[in-house]
Amino acid sequence: MRKRITALITVSVIVCMALALLTCLFIPKYMRGIVEGALTAEYYDDKAPHEVIFIGDCELYENVSTVELYRKYGISSYIRGNSQQLVWQSYYLLEDALRYETPKVVVFNVLALEYNEPKSETYNRMTLDGMRWSPSKINAIKASMLPDENMVEYVFPFLRFHSRWQELKATDFKYMFRRDPVSINGYYLRADVRPMETFPDPKSLTDPEFGSNAMNYLQKMTDLCKSKGIDLILVKAPITYPYWYPEWDAQVTSFASENGLTYINYIDKMDEIGLDMTHDTYDGGQHLNVYGAEKFADYFGSYLSENYDLTDYRTVPEVAAIWAEKEDLYNRILEQQLAELEQYGELMNFGKNAIE
Amino acid sequence: MLFVSYEFIAFTIILFVLYYLLPGKWQWPLLLLASYVFYWIANPYYLIYIGTTTVTAFVAGVLMDKAQDRADLSIAAAKKDGTYTSDFKKAAKARAKATKWKILLISMLFNLGILAVTKYTNFVINNINNFLSEANALKAVDILVPMGISFYTFQTVGYLIDTYRGTCKAEKNIFRLALFVSFFPQLVQGPISRYGDLSKTLYEVHKFTEKTFTSGLIRIFWGYFKKVVIADRIITAVTALIGDTETYTGAYVFVAMMFYAFELYCDFTGGIDITIGIAQCLGITVAENFNLPYFSKNIKEYWNRWHITMGSWFTDYIFYPLSVDKNMLKLSKWSREHLGKFWGKRLTVYISAFLVWLATGVWHGAAWNFVVWGLMNFVVIMISQELMPLYEKFHKKFGWKEKAWYGVFEICRTVFLMSLIRMFDCYRDVPMTFKMVGTMFTKYNLNIFTDGSLLNLGLSGSDYIVLAAGLVIILAVSIYKYRSKKDIREVLFDRPWLWYGAMALLLVITLVFGAYGHGYDATQFIYNQF
Repeated sequence: MRKRITALITVSVIVCMALALLTCLFIPKYMRGIVEGALTAEYYDDKAPHEVIFIGDCELYENVSTVELYRKYGISSYIRGNSQQLVWQSYYLLEDALRYETPKVVVFNVLALEYNEPKSETYNRMTLDGMRWSPSKINAIKASMLPDENMVEYVFPFLRFHSRWQELKATDFKYMFRRDPVSINGYYLRADVRPMETFPDPKSLTDPEFGSNAMNYLQKMTDLCKSKGIDLILVKAPITYPYWYPEWDAQVTSFASENGLTYINYIDKMDEIGLDMTHDTYDGGQHLNVYGAEKFADYFGSYLSENYDLTDYRTVPEVAAIWAEKEDLYNRILEQQLAELEQYGELMNFGKNAIE
Repeated sequence: MLFVSYEFIAFTIILFVLYYLLPGKWQWPLLLLASYVFYWIANPYYLIYIGTTTVTAFVAGVLMDKAQDRADLSIAAAKKDGTYTSDFKKAAKARAKATKWKILLISMLFNLGILAVTKYTNFVINNINNFLSEANALKAVDILVPMGISFYTFQTVGYLIDTYRGTCKAEKNIFRLALFVSFFPQLVQGPISRYGDLSKTLYEVHKFTEKTFTSGLIRIFWGYFKKVVIADRIITAVTALIGDTETYTGAYVFVAMMFYAFELYCDFTGGIDITIGIAQCLGITVAENFNLPYFSKNIKEYWNRWHITMGSWFTDYIFYPLSVDKNMLKLSKWSREHLGKFWGKRLTVYISAFLVWLATGVWHGAAWNFVVWGLMNFVVIMISQELMPLYEKFHKKFGWKEKAWYGVFEICRTVFLMSLIRMFDCYRDVPMTFKMVGTMFTKYNLNIFTDGSLLNLGLSGSDYIVLAAGLVIILAVSIYKYRSKKDIREVLFDRPWLWYGAMALLLVITLVFGAYGHGYDATQFIYNQF
C-alpha cells in the first residue's frame, strides 16, 4: 500500500510540474514582432510611483512618450494600454492599478467607445493574460469573453495554448522563465517613418450612438476615479484614422460636461502639437512614431503640469534613479532601431519583420 | 454538455466527490439527479420525453407483473382449495400472457411511436414530397429530437420485453427505473444496457476502492485520448475530403474511407471508453460494446465485436422472435414443401435477417443512406454465408487458414469491406457514394501519396505524425489484448509505478496533443446523433 501511495504522490507531483513547465513553454511570449501581449504584465515590475496613468488602446501606448513626459516635465506616468483594449478592459485595468497605487490623474483615450461588445479572442488574451489574478481580472475576463471562450482556459492557459507545440520557436525556450522589457512604462517605441497615406472615406454610421455597455463602463470609470479623488481626463489622440465621427465627439463632449470631466480632442490640435504626418508616423498615419510621440508628450505634458499638481520627480533622487534606467533603455532601443534603419532601410528586430 | 467539454469534466468530478462522500443509500438517487441535470442542461424539454418514456415503462412493467401475479395467485389458490387442474393452470397462464402481451404492445408502440415521430417524420415527409415531385407538398415539421432517444428507447423497450418474458421482474420504484433509463454516461451514445445486467450494480452501495476507481479513470483517459487526439484531429481531413466531391476523387476516396474508419473507431470506442470508465469509477458495471472489431476476420465476426449491445439487442428482440414466430414457422414449412430444401432452410432466415438489417439501418438515421448501408451489410453477410462451403473447400486445398499472413489478410479484407460499406454513412448520399467509390477504381491519382497533396487537407505534417503515433499506440494495446486475451490494465495495476505512470502519460499526451479547446470546434460524438 505504501508503495502505491508513494507512486501516486510522486507521479502526481511530476505531472503537475510537467504541466507547469509546459505552460511556461507554450504560452506566447510576445517578445518579438507582436509585443503588445507583454505590455500588461510589465506594469507590475515597475518600481516608480505614477501620478499619471494612461488607460486605453494603441492610440496611447504608441502615441505618448512616457520618457519625454518625464524628461521634460518630471512627470512619472504609466500607460496601461493594449491592442484594441476595450472600455471594460480599461476599466478593470484601472481598477487593478488602483490596488497598487492611486495616481493624481487618469487619462482615458475614447476611441474604444466605438466597441460595445467583445471583438477578438486574440486581443482579449493579449490584454488579459498578463494581469495578476484579482477580482478585477476575473471580472475583466467575464466581461470580455466571446462565446467560444472559457474561463478555465484563462485559469489554466495551458489548455488554451497546448496546440502551440506545433509552432514552438527559439524564443519560446529562451523566455520560458523570464521576459525582457518591450516598452518603457507602457510606451512602445518605433523610430521608423512611413508618411501618412490617403485613408478611405469614412463609412456612414448606422447607429451614431455609442453602445450602452461601453458607456456604462465609462461611467463606472468616472465614478471610480471620483471615489478615489482622481482627476479623469478624456482624450482623443491626434490620429485621424480610424475615423472619429463628429457624432461620437458630441457624445463624449456631452458626457464630459455632464460628469464634470475634461475632454480634449487632439485631432483638432495636430498643428498646434506640431505633428508633421509625413515624418511623425511609422505606419502611414495610424500611429505616431517616436518623433510624433515625443511631440505629443511635450504638448500634453505641458497641459498636465500647468493644470494639475504633479510632482517633478526629476528632483526626487530615488525616482530619478529609476527613470534614469528607463531613459537608458529608451535610448538603447532608439539607437538599435536607428542603426537597423540605417543598415537595412527598415526595422528587422521590431514590428512585422520580427514576427517569427 | 459535450463529453469533450470542461463543463462535463467538472460535472463528473463533482459527482465523483459527492458520490463517495454521501451515505451509500444516497448514491443512486444522486446519480438520478445528476442524470436529469445532465439532460436538463442539454435541453429542459428533453426531460418531457424521457420522463414520459420512464412513466409509461414503469406503469407497463408494474401492470405486466400484476397480471402475472394474478395468474400465479389464482393457480396457488386453486391448488389450495383443490380445484387445480392442468387446464386451469394453462388457462390462467394464457390469460396472463394475453394481458401482458397487450400491455407490452401498447407500451412498446407508444415509445417506439415517439421515436418514430421525432426521428422519422421529416424523412417520411421528404420522401412523399419526392414521390409527388413537389418540394413543399407537405411541409417539414420542426420537431425536437431528444439526445440519445434511440438509445434510451431501445433500452426501455428491452426492459419491457424482458419483463414480459419474465426474465426480469418489473421495477417497483419509479425513481430506480428512471435512473436505468436516464443513466447519464450511456445516454449520449450507449451502450444499450439490459435491465437485468445494469441493475445488478446500478443501485448497489459502492465503497471507494483504488482499483475500481483508478481502473475507471485510466479507461476515461484512454477514451479521451482516442477521441481528442485521433478522432477530433482526423475529422479535419475527413470533412475536407467528403466536402469537396469534385476535387477529392480516386485515391482521395480511399484516403477518406480509411480516415473515416479510424475516426469512427476512435470516436465511438473512445466515447464508450469514457462511458464505461465513468461508470466504473462509480462502481457500476456497464456492458462492453466493443471487442477489437478491427481484428475481425469476416463481417459476421465484425458485427459480434462492433456495437455489441446494439447487435445483441436486434438479435434477441427482433431476429430470434421473428425466427420462431408462428407465421415464420409456417412460411418455413411452406417453403420447404414448395421451394425445396435449399430455400426451405434459408427463406425465413433471410427474411428475418433482412428485417433486422433494415431496422439497424433505420435506427442509425432517418435517411436512405442508412437504409442502404443496413441492406449492404445484409447482402454481404448473406453472400459470405453462402460462400462458406466454397471457402472451406478452398482452405482444405491450400491450407492457408492457419497461416498468420492469411489471418492478417482476412482482417485487412474485413476492415476494407466494412469501411467501403461505411462510405454510405460518410457521404450521406446514396448515388454520390456509388459515384465516389466508383472513382476509387477508375481514377488513378496515386501521386497524391507522394506529392504532398495530403498536407492540403487541413492537417500538417506534425498532425500526421501524431496520428500515426496515436494509432500505433492503439494498435499495440489492441494486439496485446488480442493475443493475451487480457485487458492491459490487469497487468499494469499490480505495478504501481507503471500504473500511475501510464495514467499520467496518457493524461499529459492527451492534454498536449488533443484537438480541443479554443480554435477547435467542440466535436460531438458521431453516435450521439443516433
